[in-house]
Amino acid sequence: MKSLEELKKIKEETLKKVDLRKQKEGTRIVVGMATCGISAGARPVLMALLEEVKNRNLSDVIVTQTGCIGVCRLEPIVEVYRPGEEKVTYVEMTPEKAKRIIAEHIVNGKVVTEYTIGAYEK
Amino acid sequence: MNIYRAHVLICGGTGCTSSSSDKIQNEFELKIKEKGLDKEVKVVRTGCFGLCEAGPIVIVYPEGAFYSHVKVEDVEEIVEEHLLKGRIVKRLLYKDAVEEDTIKSINEVGFYKKQKRIALRNCGVINPEDINEYIAFDGYMALGKVLTEMTPEEVIQVVKDSGLRGRGGGGFPTGLKWEFTAKAQGDQKYVLCNADEGDPGAFMDRSILEGDPHSVLEAMAIAGYAIGANQGYIYVRVEYPIAVQRLEIAIKQAREKGLLGKNIFGTGFDFDIEVRLGAGAFVCGEETALIASIEGQRGMPRNKPPYPANKGLWGKPTLINNVETYANIPQIILKGAEWFRSIGTEKSPGTKVFALGGKINNTGLVEIPMGTTLREVIYEIGGGIPNGKKFKAVQTGGPSGGCIPADLIDTPIEFDTLTELGSMMGSGGMIVMDEDTCMVDIARFFLDFTVEESCGKCPPCRIGTKRMLEILEKITSGKGEPGDIEKLEKLANTIKSASLCGLGQTAPNPVLSTLKYFRHEYEAHVNEKRCPAGSCKSLLSYHIQEDLCKGCTVCAKVCPVGAISGERKSPHVIDQDKCIKCGACLEKCPFNAIVKK
Repeated sequence: MKSLEELKKIKEETLKKVDLRKQKEGTRIVVGMATCGISAGARPVLMALLEEVKNRNLSDVIVTQTGCIGVCRLEPIVEVYRPGEEKVTYVEMTPEKAKRIIAEHIVNGKVVTEYTIGAYEK
Repeated sequence: MNIYRAHVLICGGTGCTSSSSDKIQNEFELKIKEKGLDKEVKVVRTGCFGLCEAGPIVIVYPEGAFYSHVKVEDVEEIVEEHLLKGRIVKRLLYKDAVEEDTIKSINEVGFYKKQKRIALRNCGVINPEDINEYIAFDGYMALGKVLTEMTPEEVIQVVKDSGLRGRGGGGFPTGLKWEFTAKAQGDQKYVLCNADEGDPGAFMDRSILEGDPHSVLEAMAIAGYAIGANQGYIYVRVEYPIAVQRLEIAIKQAREKGLLGKNIFGTGFDFDIEVRLGAGAFVCGEETALIASIEGQRGMPRNKPPYPANKGLWGKPTLINNVETYANIPQIILKGAEWFRSIGTEKSPGTKVFALGGKINNTGLVEIPMGTTLREVIYEIGGGIPNGKKFKAVQTGGPSGGCIPADLIDTPIEFDTLTELGSMMGSGGMIVMDEDTCMVDIARFFLDFTVEESCGKCPPCRIGTKRMLEILEKITSGKGEPGDIEKLEKLANTIKSASLCGLGQTAPNPVLSTLKYFRHEYEAHVNEKRCPAGSCKSLLSYHIQEDLCKGCTVCAKVCPVGAISGERKSPHVIDQDKCIKCGACLEKCPFNAIVKK
């Protein structure tokens, strides 16, 4: 170890790996992963979300999964919980749509209205 | 580098390892691979989570789902349900983690809620065999700060200002110790870590070494810089194989990263650490005996002064601190003396780790702010006494400490209050006793331990403790005579004032404190030949109450020595000469006709 900077670099890099174990207040992205979700293609969606979170270095975002959300016909479903905001439910997700949600909703705070369950119901 | 969406943390402490947590880990890795989740889910082996009673423990993040008593057969279900489908397996969660159908994360469970983790901050969170994980949680940042921004004097001042006191037992101000050693004259100085944890039932230091070994290495390097030493030794007992192994791995990784060795952070500061194994003698926890043992001599204490600060290892100025003391140092450096002082009490700042054991529901390791009351520890964290029994006393400080009775349960835990009560903080053993525990027998148990562990150098300890044990054995076997209690007291006070080292000076404490609070129990043994707790076998007898006995013959069948006789359907009797007082008949009697007297 030649300098403090070197140590800080290791810290930054490893922190991404272990960040999950810290208590966090940030955004939670939940993917419905019951039988219905998985068979509708939830796994590629989950992987795309993870990939995008990693590529963009989003440290206060948790990507996790849950069981059946209830509207199986609209799976894959992704729900976004941001502190202080209403929950947003996205339906019929694909990896491409997932990437757009990260870019517009998670990073820029703009809900992608056309993918939400509200838009679909209309 | 891969980012995982879930981490499965498996306890790799000694407790959980002995209940096969290594096999559970293998099974997780296997099943996760089978389901094709190995790119998404990471399996990590950590140090002790503290709640050993619930082991083997598995925690799944990000939910913080707290699985307890996990068996190898349960792994498939957790992988299938939780990791694949996202449904937490409620059946396997720790009992307090499920409340009216809502699931609580590990940090909200009662056992952890009241705790404040400084020394144990990384235990159960990081993989102790991966230096990078330690670094990710601010590891070696304190060393970096000290070497690049602070003078040795400033470092000592921070430790002094923090008010940190030695966690190994004595409670001596750590900063003063550092200052004395820094000021001592010598061409070579040493930094020692006392990891010779020997109190029966205590495992605080072991858990820190197993769960977060780098925190100790970092603190020793900081101490080395502060006092002007470039060599450190960790004296750890060979009975701690996992701790020793993880220390060796940690030292190797720290050397590879250049965090130990020459020219650390390019500042010209050199520091290295080696492990020295002890054979597990209790007396080697005494600093001068420990030093003798490292030097290759027989582990026996010597007179002080000169103190190790002036004349220690190989006659050179030596700083010696306990594991838990060191584990506090990096946090104090990073967060400041003020922060540390804001936790705990005026005279005992910070936290203390206790190994909670005995008659308590949540056996395990807890770290609490100083000043927390015994009641909070026993009832709120410890979950109270099992089987609805009554709380009688708590023993702190192991063989050097004493018993604190139930009516003093609201005492705040700090160095000075415990000493005032005739007990002591010690290294942090805390043994809870219920109404069935005989206090004379407890004193005998600890004396038995000290007699065994006395090094034999000074007569008060070698001969005195032996005589005390003989009297205690006499009393508990029902042969006590008038005058015995007084003789015990006299011996105890003599040994206390005349012994050479801490072992002898504190050895009478278990007797003195039980005499202080439970003298009536001693008197009952001696004068009435009766054990009030019903625990001393020689003073017990089992009797069948004629009016309640239906003559069912169950007791006669279960008696291993054939001491019970009687006609079917008529009251039975116990032959007192044959009875070995095993209590089997009492347990089996369907009519509660058998009593202990």
